Amino acid sequence: MVKMNLLQAINNALDIAMAENDRVICFGEDVGSFGGVFRATSHLQERYGRERCFNTPLVEQGIIGFANGLAAQGSVPVAEIQFADYIFPAFDQIVNESAKFRYRSGNLFNVGGLTIRTPYGGGIAGGLYHSQSPEAYFAHTPGLKIVVPRNPHQAKGLLLAAIRDPNPVIFFEPKRIYRASVGLVPEEDYQLPLGVAEVVREGSDITLLAWGAQMEMVEKAAEMAEHQGVSCELIDLRTIAPWDVETVAASVKKTGRLLITHEAPLTGGFAGEIAATIQQHCFLHLESPIARVTGLDTPYPLAHEKEYLPDHLKVFEALMASVHF
Amino acid sequence: MSTFNPEQVVHRPEFIRGDELSIPTLCLVQQDGTPYDGAELPVLEQAKALRIYQAMVRTRVLDERMLAAQRQGRLSFYMQSTGEEATTVGFAAALEDDDMIMAQYREQGALVYRGFSLDEFMNQLFSNELDYGKGRQMPIHYGSAKLHYMTISSPLATQIPQATGYAYGQKLAGYKRCTVAVFGEGAASEGDFHAALNMAAVLKVPVIFLCRNNGYAISTPSSEQFAADGIAPRALGYRMHAIRVDGNDLLAVYGAMMEARKLAVERNEPVLVETMSYRLAAHSSSDDPSGYRSKKEEAKWREKDPLSRFRNWLVAQQWWSLEQDEKLFADEREQVLRTLKEAEHRPVCRLDELITDVYDEPTPQLKQQLEALKAHIRKYPDAYPKTAGRLDHG
Ligand SMILES: Cc1ncc(C[n+]2csc(CCOP(=O)(O)OP(=O)(O)O)c2C)c(N)n1
Repeated sequence: MVKMNLLQAINNALDIAMAENDRVICFGEDVGSFGGVFRATSHLQERYGRERCFNTPLVEQGIIGFANGLAAQGSVPVAEIQFADYIFPAFDQIVNESAKFRYRSGNLFNVGGLTIRTPYGGGIAGGLYHSQSPEAYFAHTPGLKIVVPRNPHQAKGLLLAAIRDPNPVIFFEPKRIYRASVGLVPEEDYQLPLGVAEVVREGSDITLLAWGAQMEMVEKAAEMAEHQGVSCELIDLRTIAPWDVETVAASVKKTGRLLITHEAPLTGGFAGEIAATIQQHCFLHLESPIARVTGLDTPYPLAHEKEYLPDHLKVFEALMASVHF
Repeated sequence: MSTFNPEQVVHRPEFIRGDELSIPTLCLVQQDGTPYDGAELPVLEQAKALRIYQAMVRTRVLDERMLAAQRQGRLSFYMQSTGEEATTVGFAAALEDDDMIMAQYREQGALVYRGFSLDEFMNQLFSNELDYGKGRQMPIHYGSAKLHYMTISSPLATQIPQATGYAYGQKLAGYKRCTVAVFGEGAASEGDFHAALNMAAVLKVPVIFLCRNNGYAISTPSSEQFAADGIAPRALGYRMHAIRVDGNDLLAVYGAMMEARKLAVERNEPVLVETMSYRLAAHSSSDDPSGYRSKKEEAKWREKDPLSRFRNWLVAQQWWSLEQDEKLFADEREQVLRTLKEAEHRPVCRLDELITDVYDEPTPQLKQQLEALKAHIRKYPDAYPKTAGRLDHG
């Protein structure tokens, strides 16, 4: 085991994947010799050469279109979109192409080798265009897997699984905790399963569900609740699509309550989908309405970021309200 | 209509090669301030020349001081335009004041030239209650309706096709105006750039596309951005006018833009102007250029400083002296510091503005979300120090 931050774990996963399979190719804006604006691809060009790790011109639709072609040809592209906010120029290539390649061709062709890595989320004074959490847009598209790690151990195991998964995967990296999240990570190659949630802590009064950077808020809120004698079960969803209904439903049947939190706005956020599914599976077990703690229905602001964020205090308030319903 | 020309027919496969086309660069004034032999200088009277120079100096000083302020932790982010002031001030000086500018994010020189006050800059940089953008965007995302300067958006290149549309609207409305879209050579790789040029050429739109080719897009050198001879030749494929200019030569930028504006406004034709310059500073306050380029390379370009080149020309005209210059720099530094201190102590924008302008009117959901937020802040005032004490006066 080695101590790593989340970025180093991603770099380590890319290194292992490239060493193992020479069809793995990393590219994107500034990812070449500089190693990416967050340095997730540091030293990969030195080790694997300019043909397998390079800067692209500044064009997201080109990056993903190119990646789709590469993947269709049998390569294993790991494309970086510099910020999740800038994934939208590539929306057509992802939603209409990556997601539907296999389906529309009757599996004559597929782009299963494709992985798209992109930093998402707020808390870094980034304002409208460096803070968004766009997972729900993609979750609405059949054919894509969507993965969000919360710490270095997960980042490495989930990214290796994403790269080797035979489906296109969008891997959202919580940039607020890129350096802040530090932990022990096995040096060797390992994978964590996609589509499986992790029960981080067992509890009996309420299930708190989140993913990525929002897990930190949930952990803090659970500690506050613990002091009030409330026992929280914490689940990290890890994969948004396909999501692990079974684990969440089993937990809610046990605790009788569910709170879901994400940074993205409330309306159309992925929490809505989870709430609808869980009330269907657990209707007779629920002791209070399923709670959602999310961003507001506004674009992500700058000056009032603290007010906007679904922080630990908002999670705490909502969970106590749920328990005392 | 086909472009097949029966008079230009060949009977062997002959390819036209992109690298046979190379575009010359307009250079008028040398670094010491003397014009090149045979240089045709644009007409520029003294008062305007001095206004331009003052704007260049103010831009330089603002950038230096605000980067220092960022380093002191007084603001979260900053972007300098050092080395590119001749381009960003020069293009604005060639326009009429009500020609719309749709810029990228490194064009503060144009705003300075148009008279955006230091206070207005600072209010945006500090997201205080006087920020026109109401504290929603990161520092340097300026905008001014009064000065015909469209508010900056971070996603690159989106303003380029918008400029084509804006200019088309002006044409239909019968205005004798043009719109200028400004962008970097990196942003010119985006699909939006190509869409914008094609539509402008087809629809005969009075728009000027101004590409600041400063050699880098963050860490990516232009050699990894495109294989061609820069951006200017792309215009030819769309059947547009193009010119390449020494972007450190104020008179060259000014002269080329005057001509470009004429083509755009008088003939309703789009024009592409490429200014060749160098991003002397880091990409932004979050970037460290020592990771991707050498001090030596930067030093070479420092010798081509656009401020000193234009100053040397002004001094040679006997319109300016070194004593005046020193005093101007000192005055500007003093003013920047004074306005900085005032702006950073103004209260932050109002919490109610979190939900306005999402739509023309806040929706019932938004109103309810704001009320819930206020109740929450009242319960935990210490956790939200910027807004807790001010909930009731908006
Ligand atoms: C669509 C989009 N992709 C990526 C970014 C991130 N980004 C911000 S600035 C920049 C480089 C821009 O370079 P260039 O256009 O050459 O302008 P310069 O910074 O050199 O003035 C990048 C990649 C962005 N803002 N928008």
